[in-house]
Amino acid sequence: MALLFEQLLNGLQFGAMLFMLASGLTLIFGIMGVINLTHGSFYMVGAYCGAFALAHTNSFAAGAVAGLAGAALYGLLVEFTVIRRLYKRDHLYQVLATFGLILFTNEAVSMIFGRQPPMVEIPDFLQGTVPLAPGFQYPLMRLAFIVVGALVALGLWFLINRTRVGMLVRAGADDREMVDALGIDIQKLYSVVFGLGALLCGLAGVMAAPLLAVEIGMGERVLITTFVVIVIGGVGSVRGAMAGALLVGMVDSLGRAYFPQLLGAMLSPEVADMLAAGLVSASVYVLMALVLIFRPKGLLG
Amino acid sequence: MSGIAVPGRGAAGLFTQWNRRAVFGWVGLLLLALVPVASHATDTPYLINAMTRFVIYGLAAVSLDLVLGYGALISFGHAMFFGLGGYVVAIVTFHAVEAGPLFGWAGSTQALVVWPIALACCALLGWGVGYLALRTSGVQFIMITLAFGQMVYFILVSLQVYGGDDGLMMSQRSQLPGIDLADPVSFYYVSLAVLALWTLFCVKLVNSRYGMVLQALRQSERRAVNLGVAPMPYRLSAFVISAVGTGMAGILWANYAELVTPDMAAWTKSGELMAIVILGGVGTLLGPIAGAAVFLGLEQALSAWTEHWMFIMGPILVLVVLAGKHGLFGHWLGKRHG
Repeated sequence: MALLFEQLLNGLQFGAMLFMLASGLTLIFGIMGVINLTHGSFYMVGAYCGAFALAHTNSFAAGAVAGLAGAALYGLLVEFTVIRRLYKRDHLYQVLATFGLILFTNEAVSMIFGRQPPMVEIPDFLQGTVPLAPGFQYPLMRLAFIVVGALVALGLWFLINRTRVGMLVRAGADDREMVDALGIDIQKLYSVVFGLGALLCGLAGVMAAPLLAVEIGMGERVLITTFVVIVIGGVGSVRGAMAGALLVGMVDSLGRAYFPQLLGAMLSPEVADMLAAGLVSASVYVLMALVLIFRPKGLLG
Repeated sequence: MSGIAVPGRGAAGLFTQWNRRAVFGWVGLLLLALVPVASHATDTPYLINAMTRFVIYGLAAVSLDLVLGYGALISFGHAMFFGLGGYVVAIVTFHAVEAGPLFGWAGSTQALVVWPIALACCALLGWGVGYLALRTSGVQFIMITLAFGQMVYFILVSLQVYGGDDGLMMSQRSQLPGIDLADPVSFYYVSLAVLALWTLFCVKLVNSRYGMVLQALRQSERRAVNLGVAPMPYRLSAFVISAVGTGMAGILWANYAELVTPDMAAWTKSGELMAIVILGGVGTLLGPIAGAAVFLGLEQALSAWTEHWMFIMGPILVLVVLAGKHGLFGHWLGKRHG
């Protein structure tokens, strides 16, 4: 029982991280129709900048600021130099250009910060565990992740549903030309959304740095899972990103915990071990395939 | 086709675009056929190896262009077929030579047995993935093919019996009756023959009635559907054919490198293949082959110059996109569509 509870919370934590990445990616696609593979690189840049600042100042606050600022600034730079010129182009060319940017970013980060992956300690005030129920302890860091994820979701909901910028974002996602024709500078709106998306990537990167390895290529791994989230939820929908992120987070963490046991009960140990490792990694893709069979446009698309 | 002059194109009507392609193709083939001679004459044996790599990547690129350029299906998981083709050959060889039987079958090292099996596996996977992915279109299609590619990648990584992360060494190349594939020159010619025949097949295919329907679907699905065309069979078959061609490239790669690794199916490999096609000119079939030469040549030259070659390669890809949509050779080869 305690194991199940812990796995559910782990799923929630992974889901919170995926949501931070998926919401920005899906908004950018919804408004400008740009498929941006560089999104994962912003997450990596955020994690590296955060780790670098933390190592040099020993202050988690400084690390957080550096991570957020680094990711957001890099995002704006990429938007300004490349993405801006791509939004009327075919997806094919967007994919190639942003693929090129990934190669560049990975190499640039390893040249600036070195090949040795930095170690990031959990900050003092987030160390330790919290008793959530009698006999059940949960790491404070992961709990903080869930809380921050919930705050981000609330903030985005408020921004999109209760503010003028949000109104324009919603309108832009539905009909870009119409918003443009109404005299709104859609390019500026787009830059704001892009910067916000990159900022959220930075936040995810800073938060993930103490929990996961900060290394070159971390962005691509999570980017592809983020794509799965968006496809499951429905491309262009923030609510879909939320649903997809939670679903993928849960399936991944429950799969990791229970698949090996489940297979072990049915098959011989060697076969079960081999299959389980593959199935756990592949489980979210199987989930995606299942969703698509019944709803080709995603759950909320 | 070749007798019709195309106005507004070509060097003062000297070549029509199809003539120009034919000349480009046949002269290219002739030059490629002379590579071993040149390699022998100049005493540069590594040239054959470099050109074999190029020919294999060219094969994958032509196959990808079939779906990318003629079907407008942006498959971002195509490396899964490259990986699968290679792995099937390596696994069957592994069972035949080193390990025991596979599902009660002793395995084989005969190319005429193993290669068709590998191609059939690729066709089957292509059919399954295509069937699911083609239910969607646009950006979802890109993401779904990417996700399926990753699924294959993770499954290959988890195959501990076959080396997991490190991949599987092939103790010997496949055997063809009468041809020694272990000899680099023979292997090069076999690869080149496969590339030439497959390219010819693809050129015929896209100019056939079938190919015309495929392109009509790309230009306007609604118009084609109103004319009574069911899109799914055309797109799915094109996807499967493309999967088979890419799988063949994987088979040749496994034999060339005598090693298969999960990286063969990684998404970065799919990205590379896509970059090669776009570099050479989408929808020109021959352009992507030239794109393979440029990409591999650049990779080799840059990586010899600096270990941070991707720092330069990345921006080059961005610039190619920003410069236009014809790639390096697409304009010259005359894309038949906008």
